[in-house]
Amino acid sequence: MTLSLFVIALVKVLVTVIAVLTLAALLTWAERKQSAVMQDRIGANRAKIFGVRIIGLWHIIADAVKMMTKEDFVPPYSNRFLHTLAPFLAFFLSLVAFAAIPMGDSIQIAGHTVDMRLAPINIGFLFIFAMTSISVYAVVLGAWSSRNRYATLGGMRAAGQMISYELAMGLSVLGLVMLYGTLDLLQMARAQGGLLWGFLPAWGIFYQPLGFILLLTAIIAETKRAPFDIPEAESEIIGYYLEYSGMKFGMFFMAEFVTTIVAAGLLTTLYFGGFQVPYLLADGFHLPFGLFLGVPSALIPWLQFAAFWFKVVFFCWLLLTIRWTLPRFRYDQLMNLGWKILLPLALVNLLATGAGILLLS
Amino acid sequence: MSQYVLDRLAQELGPELIGTHAQHGDETALVTPQALRRSALLLRDDPALAMDMLVDITAVDHPQEAQRFEVVYHFHSLHHGHRVRLKVRPDSAEEPILDSLTDLWKGADWLERETFDMFGIRFAGHPDLRRLLLYPEFQGHPLRKDYPIDGEQPRIPERAGYPECDYDAEEDSERRAKGLQRALSPRVGPGVAATNGSRATHDEDGYPVPRQSFFLDMGPSHPAMHGTIRISVELEGEKIIGCDADIGFLHRGFEKMCENRTFNQAIVYTDRLNYVSPLINNVGWAMTIEKLLGVEVPERCQALRVLASEISRVADHLTCVAASTMEVGAFTAFLYLIEGREELYKLIERLCGGRVTTTYTRIGGVAADLPDGFAEAMQAAFAKTREMMSDVVKLLNGNRIFQDRMVGVGAISAADAISYGITGPFLRSTGVSYDVRKAAPYCGYEQYEFEVPVGSNGDNWDRYLVRMEEMRQAMRIAEQVMATLPGGPIRVADRSIVPPPKSEVYTTIEGAMNHFKLTMAGHGVSPPPGEAYGYVEGGNGELGFYVVTDGSDIAYRAHCRPPCLAPMSALPSILTGETVADVIATFGTVNMIGGELDR
Repeated sequence: MTLSLFVIALVKVLVTVIAVLTLAALLTWAERKQSAVMQDRIGANRAKIFGVRIIGLWHIIADAVKMMTKEDFVPPYSNRFLHTLAPFLAFFLSLVAFAAIPMGDSIQIAGHTVDMRLAPINIGFLFIFAMTSISVYAVVLGAWSSRNRYATLGGMRAAGQMISYELAMGLSVLGLVMLYGTLDLLQMARAQGGLLWGFLPAWGIFYQPLGFILLLTAIIAETKRAPFDIPEAESEIIGYYLEYSGMKFGMFFMAEFVTTIVAAGLLTTLYFGGFQVPYLLADGFHLPFGLFLGVPSALIPWLQFAAFWFKVVFFCWLLLTIRWTLPRFRYDQLMNLGWKILLPLALVNLLATGAGILLLS
Repeated sequence: MSQYVLDRLAQELGPELIGTHAQHGDETALVTPQALRRSALLLRDDPALAMDMLVDITAVDHPQEAQRFEVVYHFHSLHHGHRVRLKVRPDSAEEPILDSLTDLWKGADWLERETFDMFGIRFAGHPDLRRLLLYPEFQGHPLRKDYPIDGEQPRIPERAGYPECDYDAEEDSERRAKGLQRALSPRVGPGVAATNGSRATHDEDGYPVPRQSFFLDMGPSHPAMHGTIRISVELEGEKIIGCDADIGFLHRGFEKMCENRTFNQAIVYTDRLNYVSPLINNVGWAMTIEKLLGVEVPERCQALRVLASEISRVADHLTCVAASTMEVGAFTAFLYLIEGREELYKLIERLCGGRVTTTYTRIGGVAADLPDGFAEAMQAAFAKTREMMSDVVKLLNGNRIFQDRMVGVGAISAADAISYGITGPFLRSTGVSYDVRKAAPYCGYEQYEFEVPVGSNGDNWDRYLVRMEEMRQAMRIAEQVMATLPGGPIRVADRSIVPPPKSEVYTTIEGAMNHFKLTMAGHGVSPPPGEAYGYVEGGNGELGFYVVTDGSDIAYRAHCRPPCLAPMSALPSILTGETVADVIATFGTVNMIGGELDR
């Protein structure tokens, strides 16, 4: 490994981590502000520095300072090591899952071909699922080591929910895997570059609309957000992180937002063309009806990078909107939905895709 | 009409019926303790009487008399619409004991516990005679006349296990040896139905068999237990197999306070009963005292009371529906409804100067007439409320998740609801069309056109729909009142009840003396000796006040029949068999208001 490769890798890590964490921090603010807008409230706007309020953005810093300076409480008679490990695990696993998501097409820097993702693994899609699966442990560990009955209930709910919905999640994406013939997220994103019937971008959603809806549903359940927030249903059992305070709670909290971003990134990459800008090819925009708009080739990676993050932000917004619109499921209803509706539908989708491929090829 | 009830009782009981009267239109019968069950059975089962609802049980303490306690039962027949008050004096002053009626009316369970708690009267045959409002270590019985109003209680040490009041130490240790948690297990008896599928849940003695389950205390400090209450559940996974509700955390001695203040001063305490619709409490209390005085308030005053009550009713139902939507996670709908309520609170503030502590009525009138521009303000507030309600209807009524959480959850049958003494929207959701405003119109409710919505299944969904429709009807009534508001005075002209206007107080000696007399201790409004039960349709159902007077300006006995006590007493049996998440959804639609429940 040469120095330049090392520098490139370092820059990639820094850029990705900073981008994800900044977006996660912004999401904490967006969640408060957006819910406020939806509910005819004003929302967080008290924090100010030198009299400047910038629509409540300082609250991100205020929240961080608050969490870091709060007492770090460990319940008596609990396992201190596991209790501390759980939030670290949750945060790490949610963040590391993002490593497999390509934020742009490969580019050439100093003679090296650089992947715009941290982990150039050809089974990226499995990697993400593996990480989200392991994160069940974080939740269950945190819940169990808290020695609190509410937390335990939340942990059991989370375990049941996440394991059940992983099945539907995996199966709903298999259609795409069959279509593209790869598990590599970069290859999948590249395959979505063309046009369908001459005017539609060849995004996954147009091939697999049912698969998209199934994955969207399952992935909200996987991120444990409303209407699937039963592990942390704050009006019933308060949540699996009931006995956490300070920055340990903050890590669970941030992990949830990071998972949201990973979910948004996954939805973007699989179904919304990833980094693909509609109609943008290597030399410029090829619009329908023969229109053409040239773009300098140096600009294209930047456009793709921006397009990716734009789509991610859109999905984050969508997830927030869903969260503040719908009531919460009950545990048995959630299980019914997962096992009796999503799973059969995913299988039907899989069969239909297989039949389609067989007939068309 | 209900004179017939007394005749029938006299015919059946003969010498066991000690006396009857029909003071202020309340038919009352005093029977011997031995005849209590017989007369109760007669009242319930005689088709001509058919008293299917036990409205209230309370007691009055007369320390000077040999038969010191007088236990007062109020019965109501939904079928015939008549009522009767049954009074019984236990023979012993030291060890007062009566037969329990828990096997006849399910609602008797908690009412007898409350009477035991407050007066120390025991009920033979009660399955679980514990204190209801106070804590087990409380010493004495606070509503006895010899308990001082400023009585202090010793601090209690930390508890071990679940202490009980009505227990035999030997029997108790035997139970504990069997590994039974009596306080938390589904009890066998009329009060609580034990439902646990096909498994044998109880041994031959009727006590639950030990099982692999765990206990969870929801409350008193829990996000959904607004109003401070503890619901203890026994869980097998997510399923509730046993449930008990522990109330009284907000007990402030409302009745004791009302027995130590003049009638007008007590109005302030009624604000704190149902603090979401305090105006209705004000109206109920004032009407009861006026019943004792035998005065009729002017037409305009009646109309203003109706107006205030209906605005309050909308606010009350908005709060309840909002809270129950929040419990199931629809936080946005909650805030929409609360925004509508805010407009109504502003309206109430214009009317009485306070949002929650309204104190709007006076004995013989209301505090103030409508402020300028009230009609327009009301129109605007109702428009806002309707807009918010239609938004919520769009958000929730067709929402599959919301329906799944509400339909068929927390259901109770009409027969059970009546047996528990449940009234108000909760009873109407089961299909029983009982509304005090229609059944016994007061304040001129008969002049206004409105419908009484009823449900059919008695589940959370029906309760939600009934409350939504009642709000529309309440606004309809308020608008009718506004359109037909009669002129004239807002208080009675009787100077022994209502002080003269300030202009007279400050300029004439008669006026000053009159004012001084009425506000001086011992010279306030003094109804003649007697007793009366006044009731209005509160936000949660029949809000009753039973007041006994001795001719002074202070109530000898003031008792409130809180409408949400009955649904709360039914809650444990409703919840058994449901899941943890349903506790919250069902509790939300019960609309437990700590102020009136715990008093």
